[in-house]
Amino acid sequence: MQAYLDQLIQGGAFAGMPREVVYAIGMLLAAFIVLSAFVAPLAGVTSWLERRVWARMQSRVGPNRVGPQGILQWLADGIKNLLKEDIIPTAADKKLFSLAPYIVFMGFLCAFVVIPFGGHLIVADLNIGILYILAVTSLVVVGILMAGWASNNKWSLLGGMRSAAQIISYEIPAGVSVLMIVFLAGTLSMQGIIKGQGWAPWDWYLFHNPFTFAGFFLYFTAALAEGNRTPFDIPEAESELVAGYVTEYSGMRFLFFFFAEWGNLYVIGAVATTLFLGGWQVPPLAIFENSPMLLAVAQFVTFFLKAYLWVFVAMWIRATLPRVRVDQLMSLCWKYMVPLSFICLLGTVAFMFVPADGQRITSAAMFGLGVAITIIFFLRVGFQIRQAKPELYFKPHI
Amino acid sequence: MNETAQDQDTGFHTEDMTISVGPQHPSTHGVLRFVVKTDGEVISEAIPDVGYLHRSIEKIGEKVTWHGYVPYTDRADYLAAMFANQVFCMAAEKLAGTPVTRRGEFCRVIACELNRLASHLISVGTFGQDIGAMTPFVHALRERETINNLMEEICGARLTYNYIRIGGVGYDILPETCTRISEFLDHFEPIVDEFNRLLTGNKIFIERLAGIAVVSKEDALQYNLVGPNLRGAGIKWDIRRDIPYSVYPELEFEIPVGTGHIGALGDSFDRYWVRIRELQESCKIVRQCLKMLPKGPAISKVARKFKPAAGECYVRVEAPRGDMGFYVISDGSEYPYRVRIRTGSYTAMSIIDKLSKGIMLADLIVLIGSLDVDAPEIDR
Repeated sequence: MQAYLDQLIQGGAFAGMPREVVYAIGMLLAAFIVLSAFVAPLAGVTSWLERRVWARMQSRVGPNRVGPQGILQWLADGIKNLLKEDIIPTAADKKLFSLAPYIVFMGFLCAFVVIPFGGHLIVADLNIGILYILAVTSLVVVGILMAGWASNNKWSLLGGMRSAAQIISYEIPAGVSVLMIVFLAGTLSMQGIIKGQGWAPWDWYLFHNPFTFAGFFLYFTAALAEGNRTPFDIPEAESELVAGYVTEYSGMRFLFFFFAEWGNLYVIGAVATTLFLGGWQVPPLAIFENSPMLLAVAQFVTFFLKAYLWVFVAMWIRATLPRVRVDQLMSLCWKYMVPLSFICLLGTVAFMFVPADGQRITSAAMFGLGVAITIIFFLRVGFQIRQAKPELYFKPHI
Repeated sequence: MNETAQDQDTGFHTEDMTISVGPQHPSTHGVLRFVVKTDGEVISEAIPDVGYLHRSIEKIGEKVTWHGYVPYTDRADYLAAMFANQVFCMAAEKLAGTPVTRRGEFCRVIACELNRLASHLISVGTFGQDIGAMTPFVHALRERETINNLMEEICGARLTYNYIRIGGVGYDILPETCTRISEFLDHFEPIVDEFNRLLTGNKIFIERLAGIAVVSKEDALQYNLVGPNLRGAGIKWDIRRDIPYSVYPELEFEIPVGTGHIGALGDSFDRYWVRIRELQESCKIVRQCLKMLPKGPAISKVARKFKPAAGECYVRVEAPRGDMGFYVISDGSEYPYRVRIRTGSYTAMSIIDKLSKGIMLADLIVLIGSLDVDAPEIDR
């Protein structure tokens, strides 16, 4: 990027402009392209997919009118929301009220900088990658709290306070679970963490030892809570707090919050994939050797699918579970998840002293356990499906 | 302004926050309003404010004929229109001494129990939704849709039935409808189990309900709770069994009561669980009625200018929201002299203030949902 700009400057394309300004404009342009070409469709399609998946689980049809299978529904919704009146309540703190959605948006968007979609497909492989993600996703809470306070509405305030308490609490188990992997990998860089794992499931950090196995679920649960997803969606709990911190928002500002929520879902999946599921690692097949393009595509697809699997799981959870109460949420975090995550951290550290042979055996055993759990899970799902009545309507003729 | 104890401890000035829950709130089931005083999320006071849905149904009763009033009773509780139909017709029949045909009685019971299924499905479904579980709500409404279809086939209407008339029922239930009803029951009974697997057995759901808003037996009686709310508190009282009407004495069914097997006796879970079990009992009743359905006319001969003898009566039935009573006075004319409706939701509203002290805002929603209050029935 920078090299390309240097070349242009030397060619005299931006005569008379300071070098820094050219860089800034170039970066902004690149950010704009990434935003409009990748992140927006990603969040948008996720919103459509969630509604479709959700509808199917509820024996409904879901949005299926705009585009094939309704896949362009998010564009229609976006245009609709752009055209809506942007209401700022008279009693609201106008500056903070207007600013809040952008801060939330920025929080999740910045995370995309370090997400490794492939071996070379990463905006910036920061040496503090995972720490950076933890830091920028915490910005979301600032935005939510700001929205809750600036709306000057009691429901919004309650939603904002709940959100602040929730996100800050769940940062701890999430952070400690991340720390486990950082210890194992010996690096904070996202690419470094992925390179520490292999393409095969038994080389993943998920199956490295029993503690990382537990740590994965701790991370995923905590990440759901940080992303305000069911069963932890108490900040916007529509049946309790009307709409929580978004009560007073309308139009595009309202959309930004949900844009961030759906985009964040993908970030959760991507981070889980990077940390525990081997990231973009693909088997070293012969066809990849002389075709780097094919390798990049295969890596991207692998990463994308692994991450999206967890997006799907989050949707599934949302369709299944009720919402916990705010004090139950806190006790779950502080009484169970925080101690458990520290135990897992210590366990992982202790495990690092086990010789390599022992580690390999444990990985194999954990992989077997994982397969067994998956099989049992799908047997139960199969039982439910066989018991369920899939017909939309019992008898259409009635 | 209510100064709390923290004032003396910390020197900070604190005051309770007054929040208006409703009338347009997602989980007040219609237009209810509560003026809630909270300390953070903990409620110190929740005063119900009723009257947003008042439609003068009782006054209208004095202005229309006896026959003409039946469609108005539908609107008293739109989720259980059949019961209001039935109780008003029973009152009119009692005053005039009109006999009801036997087939008519069975048709009434079938229609009413199907209506009870529909109403309880709404109740448990929206209850799930209040707690954040969206899927059970849609599944419950899907089943209710089939009941609505059946109702449409029975009486031509899906919500406000106007089916039960003075002297019997408006339309006979056809044999093919009977087949479809029993087909529906075959389909529906496993669905209740599925619903239980999806929602009732859920750990989070149980945690949210167990031990929340416990109604003691004494409170239940003192606040005049009726129906599933009363039975949830462990009191076995059901108008169908204790003050029998229609053909209920001939039918075999159980009266589920709260057991407190999870949490405490009379908590939100008990009230919910009573409704779930009543779904199964209603299925049983409908099956028996279909089997016993006698031949004959569905409605007896009733004068068009229906003029019951002067007098007064109070008749009650077991509606989904409990004891629904009509107090009707006749002065011997074509119009009722006075109609007064007693509904279960109205009395259930009165206990909310007592139960909501010290619980959290999220639990208030659970409490309202578990009492199954229904705005049109409160205000009438």
